[in-house]
Amino acid sequence: MTQDTTIRRHTISVLVDNEPGVLARVIGLFSGRGYNIESLTVAEIDASDNLSRITVVTSGTPMIIEQIKVQLDRLVPVHKVKDLTLEGPFIEREMALVKVVANGEKRVESLRIGDVFKARVVDATINSFVFELTGTADDLDRFIDLMQQLGEVDISRTGAAALSRGTSTL
Amino acid sequence: MSSGTILSGAEIVIKALRDQGVDTIFGYPGGAVLPIYDALFKQNQIKHILVRHEQAAVHAAEGYARSSGKVGVVLVTSGPGATNAVTGLVDALMDSIPIVCLTGQVPTHLIGNDAFQECDTTGITRPATKHNYLVKDVNNLARTLHEAFYVAKNGRPGPVVIDIPKDVQFADGVYRTPGESQPKSYRPQVKPDLNKVEEAVEMLANAKRPIFYVGGGVINAGPVASQLLTQLVRMTGYPCTTTLMGLGAYPAHDQQWLGMLGMHGTYEANLAMHGCDLMICVGARFDDRVTGKVSEFSPGSKKIHIDIDPSNINKNVRVDLPIVGDAAYVLEDMIRIWKARNKRADQAALKSWWDQIAVWRSKDCLKYEKTDKVIKPQYALERLRAAVAGRDDVFISTEVGQHQMWAAQFLPFNKPNRWLTSGGLGTMGYGLPAAIGAQIANPGALCIDVAGEASIQMNIQEMSTALQYRLPVKVFILNNQWMGMVRQWQELLHGSRYSESYSEALPDFVKLADAFGGVGLRATKVSEVDDVIAEMIATPRAVIVDMCVDQKENCFPMIPGGKAHNEMLLGPADKVAEATPEEGMVLV
Repeated sequence: MTQDTTIRRHTISVLVDNEPGVLARVIGLFSGRGYNIESLTVAEIDASDNLSRITVVTSGTPMIIEQIKVQLDRLVPVHKVKDLTLEGPFIEREMALVKVVANGEKRVESLRIGDVFKARVVDATINSFVFELTGTADDLDRFIDLMQQLGEVDISRTGAAALSRGTSTL
Repeated sequence: MSSGTILSGAEIVIKALRDQGVDTIFGYPGGAVLPIYDALFKQNQIKHILVRHEQAAVHAAEGYARSSGKVGVVLVTSGPGATNAVTGLVDALMDSIPIVCLTGQVPTHLIGNDAFQECDTTGITRPATKHNYLVKDVNNLARTLHEAFYVAKNGRPGPVVIDIPKDVQFADGVYRTPGESQPKSYRPQVKPDLNKVEEAVEMLANAKRPIFYVGGGVINAGPVASQLLTQLVRMTGYPCTTTLMGLGAYPAHDQQWLGMLGMHGTYEANLAMHGCDLMICVGARFDDRVTGKVSEFSPGSKKIHIDIDPSNINKNVRVDLPIVGDAAYVLEDMIRIWKARNKRADQAALKSWWDQIAVWRSKDCLKYEKTDKVIKPQYALERLRAAVAGRDDVFISTEVGQHQMWAAQFLPFNKPNRWLTSGGLGTMGYGLPAAIGAQIANPGALCIDVAGEASIQMNIQEMSTALQYRLPVKVFILNNQWMGMVRQWQELLHGSRYSESYSEALPDFVKLADAFGGVGLRATKVSEVDDVIAEMIATPRAVIVDMCVDQKENCFPMIPGGKAHNEMLLGPADKVAEATPEEGMVLV
């Protein structure tokens, strides 16, 4: 039987009990079985039910992605696993803080580009800016790529947060 | 005592174990579990079996669980107690054996301080268990213990660790009864999607060259699953093969059974798998020891895969019809629908399929050179088989290596739960403690560890346990003075350069048995084999048999690494003609 060997990027949402070790279980699963993690975010989303949401961006063939989902689902503290990439349209956003150290015309140019990207300036000195930018991972990549041409940069990215469009919930 | 009673943590542990129906635990004391040992001392319902090494505690619990269908329970101390148990835990994880392992931990205020006998038990055992817990509040202890039993035995069974700091064992807390504790998030699917079962029955009825490929999942689903499987196989008239872990799920004396499949499986089982047009996999996982070269595995077949663990589906081999559920439920539904729809196999096609299988069978792939000059290991096992024929109470465990494969090939398993072997992890040292566990679960039964002289030395200290509890376990060593399977691979792949595979400076096993207080027997001639076996069985104490077998014998048939099912080696003569490719050499 021929198998689809195309490697695709998938955004997977995982609802878990917010308990010690749950993140280690998820990360250990990925490293132990040789799966790829492009980004991973986790935070509590429901304090009363003690639930956290993990958003993991990974890539693999359809067979690997299927394995990742069922392997995640069989962890005891995992409530639900949803493949946003497969289950209809979804929104994915990431936030970055980007520090650019530059002088003169390059400093002015960084501000102009920041404007084009609708980035917010959250810190400024005579020789630097820190921009806050929210968008897709691609938007952030392009912005950072431009800034790197203007001076020394320092970057902190959050990884992806994602939700499906429409009325469906996890 | 009802729910809500205040008890110490140690008393909660004992009470919870009793409420879970536990009558036996395997363990070894130490500083961080002394309160639990004190609570054990003050009661009589739970029997504690003192092993001589924590790895053996887990293997004994596995043998107990596998031979009784119950959960095996282990109690060990912190630090080295926990790390020694890890091999057993991974073994149970790989072979889906339900185990609850309680580990002591340093007091909560010392966790993370590198205290004496501290280790990060939950960190170390996270990938070694199905799930694990660290209990920091005594009021969560009872709930956690009950939940651990639920997780260990439901869905695909496996080992669960509960790490209990010493201060939690001393602290007073509220006891909760089992009914109140099931994890919200863990609800394995046991009943199948009926539409899929109907589809499976249609595929089954239309098959021309079908085969049932049956694994340990059927044994884990309980004796009723084995009965249902046998019923379905007989109703259809189709051939059936079992994996190493599945031996006993289908009666070995039945004509429809083709023997074990896989690397050292029978010629007819592997060729039937290769040539079938429909494969019905029940509770097996397409392990690399079964499939051989995956890209050439059963190329012309449709595949139905019945498994309780969705992660086993499409993991190694893509299947056409996955059915998630407990084997017993799925088989029951299949039988019901087959009957309701008056299905009947295509008799003409089935006859020509069986004719083909008869041709493969006529190769007599397990044949070996009969001689009276030296004891062939296969001969020793055939004589053992003859000596126990007709008995229903024989439990066989093994170590790992050639003797394990020969035992799988030559000993008959007609019922489930009679065969205890380390299949997934391949743990040398498994057999003796597993036999001890089986003997405790089945007093009066005949429990035999078929061993090699190398493997047995990995947990030989458990002879002392066997003697302490007057367990008449039999260690049946096929002593060829080599790590036989290592040597076989060195012959096949490494130019017969026998790097470190000779068993140098072996102990005298007869004297060793004597030193432990057991009975040692030895056979060096073919004429002695039957007498030694008879004496072993008749001796009501622990026995070590030193069966001095042919040093050069190798285990056939064999699918070399990287080869397909139809590229089997049937004997030593096949070796020369078959060059093993590079990609095969890197496989284990």
